[in-house]
Amino acid sequence: MNYKKRGESDMFLEFKNVTKEYTNQNIVNTVLTDINVTVNEGEFVSILGPSGCGKSTLLSMVAGLNKATNGEILLQGKPITKPGKERGMVFQQAALFPWLTVEENVMFPLHEEMSKKEAKERAQYYLKMVQLSNYLRHSPHELSGGMQQRVAIARALAMDPTVLLMDEPFGALDEQTRSRLHGELEKIWLDTKKTILFVTHSIQESIKLSDRILVMGTRPGIILEDIKVDIPRPRKQSRDEIVELESRISNLLEKEIDKVVKEELAYAHS
Amino acid sequence: MPTVKRIIFFASLLIIWEVAVKLSGVSVAVMPAPTDVFGALFRGFADLTLVFDLIASFRRLFIGMILGVIIGAALGVVLAKYKTADETLGTLVLALQSVPSIVWLPIAIMWFGLNETSVIFIIILGATFVMTINMRMGIKNVSPLYIRAAQTMGSKGMDLFRRVIFPASIPYAVTGLKLAWAFSWRALMAGELLSTGPGLGYTLRFASDFGDMALVIGVMIIIGTVGSVMDLFVFQRIEKNVIRRWGLETE
Repeated sequence: MNYKKRGESDMFLEFKNVTKEYTNQNIVNTVLTDINVTVNEGEFVSILGPSGCGKSTLLSMVAGLNKATNGEILLQGKPITKPGKERGMVFQQAALFPWLTVEENVMFPLHEEMSKKEAKERAQYYLKMVQLSNYLRHSPHELSGGMQQRVAIARALAMDPTVLLMDEPFGALDEQTRSRLHGELEKIWLDTKKTILFVTHSIQESIKLSDRILVMGTRPGIILEDIKVDIPRPRKQSRDEIVELESRISNLLEKEIDKVVKEELAYAHS
Repeated sequence: MPTVKRIIFFASLLIIWEVAVKLSGVSVAVMPAPTDVFGALFRGFADLTLVFDLIASFRRLFIGMILGVIIGAALGVVLAKYKTADETLGTLVLALQSVPSIVWLPIAIMWFGLNETSVIFIIILGATFVMTINMRMGIKNVSPLYIRAAQTMGSKGMDLFRRVIFPASIPYAVTGLKLAWAFSWRALMAGELLSTGPGLGYTLRFASDFGDMALVIGVMIIIGTVGSVMDLFVFQRIEKNVIRRWGLETE
């Protein structure tokens, strides 16, 4: 029953005044302040920022692994309080379970709601989507980093989540593998029409993949700018608009990084 | 190549031993030559006494070790999961672990008598605490990433423990198992030596009482061989496979 009730907002995923603070030995460290943003259904949104800006924290709050100190995050109007299968997550490390085969890993989230046979079929379907049909019985350690990350994507997709959360999923991969997986992810996104929230620190990556880029500033983390990327896909690096956008975001981030470096130096000298 | 080196090493050792004993002319009652030892071993296996000893010893060992490993693993899980248990019972386990299990024999004999049960009791003690300590470490060292990943897939509580935390801790459990074997084997020998037979330890004392040094050394060789074969070909092999599969190899 996927129809919308009249009067229900179009807002699919909503951050309302989200603030996150960590208290350590009575020192309050504000990681995120007053994040207000809305993600529409089916959008590919990147959260881009320097390390330490709280972008991963923001994502893990959507996953329900972390709670906001203030404010709330609503998915289809319901506040997020704990992890749930409607939000699939892919981490920087594949986090596959080494005691299971590739196929069993993808079946992991499915054991409750369907028979083993159905789960197997579903796992095989998604493993085919990430082009790993020939590796069903392999053990994760026999796979390369890129292949492991593909299994992790298949595993998240197998739950048929409404949102796919990706926390620097290609950050640990080499350049060639990463660029290949960009293409594959783009295709999967076009095919499945999932809403994707993608955390990255790579400007190129975010421009290549997203509909929108949320550029984050640091200490405390805020959204500096919400940039719409209206460039036809597939996007080639050399296009003028891309180069232009890249330098614009790069300038934006440079100031942030300067700020961090200065703070760190000051701290080191104190 | 290491195999060839080993064969050459042990062969030379036997030759030097044989020659030294024969040249010095010491009595067999003090230091038998390898040929005497093999004679004693041959007679022991031919009349099946050593076979029955091995069967009896292994039976005790497996009963004691299996019980010890089960109790130890359960206790390890409790210590890893409950902070209060860890802070109280955990300290006791550490203290008990540093007590060689044979020290319990006098009490065991008082409680159970000079019999099978006493020996099994000290084997259980030998296996339990080392298993507890390793299992506790295993559960505590489960990568938080696995847990987070499982949580995003809707796993929690008992399901999370059964399908993620427990399997993730298996490398430590296997190390615990290997050490439990080593401790049990030593406890078994000490127990049998001091209590009752049949069994390898008992035969060792029996031979000693009758001044049969060839058999004494023969039994010692069996004990050493069984111990190292189990360690090398069973436990180290399992451990290696698990470490490889769990991706814990350090290259």
